[in-house]
Amino acid sequence: MTTMTKLLGAATALALSAGTAAADPALIFDLGGKFDKSFNEAAYNGAQRWVGETGGAYREIEMQSEAQREQALRRLAESGSNPVVMTGFAFGNVLNEVAPDYPDTSFVIIDMVVDQPNVRSVVFNEHEGSYLVGMMAAMASDSDTVGFIGGMDIPLIRKFACGYAQGVMAVNGDATVIANMTGTTPAAWNDPVKGAELTQAQISQGADVVYAAAGGTGVGVLQAAADANILSIGVDSNQNYLHSGQVLTSMMKRVDNAVYNAFTDGPGLETGFRVMGLANGGVGYALDEHNAELVSDEMKAAVDAAAASIASGELMVHDYMSDESCPAISF
Amino acid sequence: MDVMPRWVDVVLVPLLSLIIAFVISALVILAIGEDPIAAVNLMVTGALGSTYGWGYTLYYATNFIFTGLAVAIAFHARMFNIGGEGQAAIGGLGVAVVCLAFPWPHWALALPAAMLGGAIFGAAWAALPAYLQAKRGSHIVITTIMFNFIAAAVLNYVLVNILRPAGQMDPASERFPEGTNLPTMHEILAPIGIEFSRSAPLNITFFIAVIACVLVWILIWRTRLGFALRAYGHSEPAAVYAGISPTRIIMVAMLISGALAGLMAINNVMGEAERLVLNSVEGAGFIGIAVALMGRSHPFGVFLAAILFGFLYQGGAELALWTSIPRELIVVIQALVILFTGALDNMVRMPIERFFLAMHRARKAREAGSAE
Repeated sequence: MTTMTKLLGAATALALSAGTAAADPALIFDLGGKFDKSFNEAAYNGAQRWVGETGGAYREIEMQSEAQREQALRRLAESGSNPVVMTGFAFGNVLNEVAPDYPDTSFVIIDMVVDQPNVRSVVFNEHEGSYLVGMMAAMASDSDTVGFIGGMDIPLIRKFACGYAQGVMAVNGDATVIANMTGTTPAAWNDPVKGAELTQAQISQGADVVYAAAGGTGVGVLQAAADANILSIGVDSNQNYLHSGQVLTSMMKRVDNAVYNAFTDGPGLETGFRVMGLANGGVGYALDEHNAELVSDEMKAAVDAAAASIASGELMVHDYMSDESCPAISF
Repeated sequence: MDVMPRWVDVVLVPLLSLIIAFVISALVILAIGEDPIAAVNLMVTGALGSTYGWGYTLYYATNFIFTGLAVAIAFHARMFNIGGEGQAAIGGLGVAVVCLAFPWPHWALALPAAMLGGAIFGAAWAALPAYLQAKRGSHIVITTIMFNFIAAAVLNYVLVNILRPAGQMDPASERFPEGTNLPTMHEILAPIGIEFSRSAPLNITFFIAVIACVLVWILIWRTRLGFALRAYGHSEPAAVYAGISPTRIIMVAMLISGALAGLMAINNVMGEAERLVLNSVEGAGFIGIAVALMGRSHPFGVFLAAILFGFLYQGGAELALWTSIPRELIVVIQALVILFTGALDNMVRMPIERFFLAMHRARKAREAGSAE
């Protein structure tokens, strides 16, 4: 074996440029994959926007298993990538260990707070955006029953569900919200088959609008909803185009902006804690040619009014993660 | 086959298989429009070109030594244990339970206890399939692979519902206490003046894996139990005639096998992650099968094959990082090596055997001719 490698090494003793490109930013996608049409893809789009505008280059890695996280982080930091941006709460524990070893590298983590001097933590007020799409769901529903399908059952996803249910209740206090989670492990982010099954189960219980907050699993939810001719609501990226005319709207979580800003700020970016909400354009709902017919003027006026009062602080949407409970729905 | 010199069996055949696998991999890389020479270069420098690369290569190799030995020892008793994945996962649970149970003062105390925990949990996970095989004749291949799925489900449940600390979203146990952190190669080599990469996960477990190789060799070729194991593996009726109990051999072989697979967890769970995460085995249980096949079920062969696969793993990770070769194709390359060294072994072996047989006959004929 060793002779083999020596042979190969000698035969190809050419200089190699690996790892010499200094200070390019890097992006790590969490489980679910780069093209999940949702959370990770939003991050990818942000990076692509940066590439398009600056002509720069960046490194990217897709996670394949839970155990690789530390290696990926260390490898990128060692090779001089800066800043290193990662998507997903699951990096929190690992980053907390790794960040102090590379004090000259800036890290950005999305959806989690890591308290280290060289880490920027970006979190979103998903409950505010979910509140808006909840209002729209209640207004679009004829059966007064709407559904929610979450990915992995964690407080973060319950925060989506809780905001959504509050929005529904604000429009129609008698409405029923059915909430289901796809699973308890990160595999739940990429299980479109189960997502479709859960959707069909909710349809049989009378739901006629279903909101998916489940990463790649949502693709199955939206498909099943379109097949059954009911409305669905996308998440994170604008997913209206996936089934034109059958996706009511998408709860936009501007992960792309978070990545874009991090790449633009470059090495030595300002660290600390950042909250992206309705007030600063971090969340919102999507309106384009694919759902223009579905959103009535009345609906739009009501939602925009609510958005304005949330942004001004007049209307408070309860955040599930503040006290691990929800006034509008029980899990 | 006595006509074939031993070096052909243990060196030439695996080497030829490897070369064929690499040539086909090169064609695959060429077909997707990448440069295979640059790719090989990247793999070699990434896996062996620095102490960082070596640290990861040998770290993976340590995992594969344990699972490879586990498969090899079962092979000797003609048991095909493909449950290494599940046994290592449950072994990880054993290690985690030991590490979290006490505020261990020092790793030297925690390590033997954790080894015991991992080995017992791993052996216990192999015990049921072994019993079913020994007593009921349920095929070990079917039962062990089914136990892999059960192990994954058990681990899911335990991590999500029991070991996950309150308020944490990630399904993982809390960090093990400081006193269980094993010394890394950096810490071992620093006092003697060798600068080893600080961030590589290679740790003291590597030496335990090497010791395990020696112990397994002694067990198989220098003890009565090893003899009984091999006798049973060669011919069950002959073994029974010699007074060897099949039930006992099956149980013992599988328990040792499971314990070895479970021991892997001191490397990946205690040594590297320092907490229990989902999917911590990362397929090492299945790689162990290829390692044992390629190493001809001999501990030294397992050692070499494990390092080769460690190289493939780490080199593959580097490829994924620095080239646009998709992750899936790296799996294809690894699969080709497994295919040629494991499944298609006879494809290379048969022609070589025929060649040596022909040479042998020719020599015999010459000798017969000159004798007249």
